[in-house]
Amino acid sequence: MSVRSAIRPASVDETTNPTASKSKGIKGNTFWFWVFVGPFVAGLLVFSYLPILWSLVLSFFEAQNTVTPTKFVGLQNYVDMLTDPNFLSSLGTFSIFAVFIVPLTFVLSLALALLVNQVKVARVFFRSVFFLPTACSYVVASLIWKLSIFNGVRFGLANTVLGWFGVDQIAWLSTSDPPWFWLPIVTVRLWLQLGFYMILFIAGLQRISPTLYEAAYVDGAKPGWQTFRFITLPQLRATSIAVLLLNLIAAYQAFDEFYNLIGSTANYARPPLVYLYTVSLGSIQDLGRGSAGALILAVIIMLLTLLQNKIFGFGKAND
Amino acid sequence: MPVPKPTAGMTRRDLLRAGAITAFAAFAAACGSNSGRPAAGGGGDKAALSQWYHQYGEAGTQQAALRYAKEYADAGVSVAWTPGDYGSKLASGLLSNQGPDVFESQLNYAMVKSGQVVPLDDILAETKSDFNDGALRANTVDGKVYGIKMIDDPQMIYYRKSLFDKAGVKPPTTVDELVAAAKALTTDKVKGLFIGNDGGLVLGIPSVNSSGGSLLTEDNKPGFTGERAAQAFSKVRQMYADKSLLLGAPADWADPSAFTQGLTAMQWCGLWAMPGIQKALGDDFGVFPYPALDAQGRAVVTSGGWSTFVSAKSKDVEAAKAFVKWLWIDKTELQEDWCLSYGFHIPPRKSLAAKAAKLQTGPAAEAVKLNTDHGVVDNPAWTPKMASAYNDMLTNVIKKGADPAAEITKAEKTVTTELSRLFG
Repeated sequence: MSVRSAIRPASVDETTNPTASKSKGIKGNTFWFWVFVGPFVAGLLVFSYLPILWSLVLSFFEAQNTVTPTKFVGLQNYVDMLTDPNFLSSLGTFSIFAVFIVPLTFVLSLALALLVNQVKVARVFFRSVFFLPTACSYVVASLIWKLSIFNGVRFGLANTVLGWFGVDQIAWLSTSDPPWFWLPIVTVRLWLQLGFYMILFIAGLQRISPTLYEAAYVDGAKPGWQTFRFITLPQLRATSIAVLLLNLIAAYQAFDEFYNLIGSTANYARPPLVYLYTVSLGSIQDLGRGSAGALILAVIIMLLTLLQNKIFGFGKAND
Repeated sequence: MPVPKPTAGMTRRDLLRAGAITAFAAFAAACGSNSGRPAAGGGGDKAALSQWYHQYGEAGTQQAALRYAKEYADAGVSVAWTPGDYGSKLASGLLSNQGPDVFESQLNYAMVKSGQVVPLDDILAETKSDFNDGALRANTVDGKVYGIKMIDDPQMIYYRKSLFDKAGVKPPTTVDELVAAAKALTTDKVKGLFIGNDGGLVLGIPSVNSSGGSLLTEDNKPGFTGERAAQAFSKVRQMYADKSLLLGAPADWADPSAFTQGLTAMQWCGLWAMPGIQKALGDDFGVFPYPALDAQGRAVVTSGGWSTFVSAKSKDVEAAKAFVKWLWIDKTELQEDWCLSYGFHIPPRKSLAAKAAKLQTGPAAEAVKLNTDHGVVDNPAWTPKMASAYNDMLTNVIKKGADPAAEITKAEKTVTTELSRLFG
């Protein structure tokens, strides 16, 4: 008797029909697969796909203050949103935000990773210090930025520092000319997410074989910019692409810091999600137009993702 | 001895059944979230009602609301006290079956048109004549009253007498004088005027009224158009451009702390804040209305406040109405307590307002008089969609320096479309 049969007695079916045995085994695995995956699939269906489907339905109806509308309006909600200056301006706000946040996060998290990776003492301490903000809530961080650092009165931290140099107090979050609000908006996100991307880069750096650097030194390369330019950066290509993609996706989802720092009434600093929230779930309650806007945004995101795919060459054999 | 049968694989039917159970469990978990409503059956045959409030700034109000609910014997009432963006939470709650039975808000025509609230004429009938005209007008659509006014909240400008004396400034009687006063009172430590961190959207209503216009005309047409309205909005822009406005204060205009902490010489705020201001500044403050644009205009006090409504989606509308009648109509001592024991509010019941001792002397009496003489109540036909377009117009004029006439035209278009949708 084999060890396997000693542990689990063979059934009649298994002993007489090997094909049936294989089939039962797969069915057993299938059962456990669905036990573990089922709740998540159900959650996805109930909380993601069903609302998306309902959103699609709502986008063709006049749905003001109701989720069960009766008046069909065809593509009017789409036309309204595509000609709505506030919606178009919110897309512009997102673009400016992405232009600031994506390169800054990339460069600074890479720089942090290079610095922390070279530290000889208290390496864990430094990694933890820079990673800890990742665990902080966007709402909490935004309120600290708003109430303590970048409030517009004389005792705010930023204005206190400016006061030492004789500079007048600045209403950081309440002025669009000049657009000082970008400073708190960008810095709060940098503070929150740099540590996470730093960890990704550290993992990438540790996968680079030291022999590459040794070989370069033997060939006369100087430590510093030359090895960074010709060894480190190319070796980090996969990590760099991941960081850029994750960053862009996170920029699409900008909501918390804008909503908590500036609010939803300032039309010069409203990314698409904040504007759509105001239109559909906020006080306006126009779920038809809000749904149309959400679906337009989804299409834009899909197109941009496909474009990124094309540019970065994801899925090519050499990746 | 029979050979034990191994665990059989899952049939399609089992799979579908398991999927259905899981989906139902997930759905039930989502639907079973806490709505603030007491568990059914906890009070025998009594109805279980959920009552929603926004978060009042005045100490003791939450405890008072809980006490009132507990005192009510005919239903179990749970109170949801909402800090932050109450308007959005309420709007979402009213779309679902998990929303409130009874809630406080301000009425707008869209709520009525979409059937979110029920008329309350029957519970109001006997005491209707005791409510002031503004309280009824703000809650009436097509001749039916949908809300019971709980508090009248006049909003006006508070000013520091000592700072005015030091700068040789008198309380302004025209908007030009206000602009000049705000500039004269601005120093490197103190700003002249605080009208909110958004740059003054709260002045959207008083500024158009001060020019002699209104948000909507009597026959529901846009009333904020024309040269005089544009001129009124430009004055707010001028204060912004002069750097006379306090911006970026830790608390917004509804909270008096910027004023009591000496960050501003004047602040737009409500009567509710007066006890706190008196405590902090003693007699060193006074109040005046938003001044008239010029001799053809008029001074304005925004007469806001909160009303109680019954949701049309309540599982027991009659029980909810009975509770509202008990709380805000029958139990006059509770309305008196709510209006006068925490912050100051004017009781909407004429009989209660007449005997409100705390409002009959000093700046409180002055505020009540200003409200009587210059008060402007909300128009229920002004919906959030119109307000959003109007606020965008104001933001563009005040903060971006956009041409008021062009911005008014854009807002007018949105408001006209919305009026056509609502009134045909």
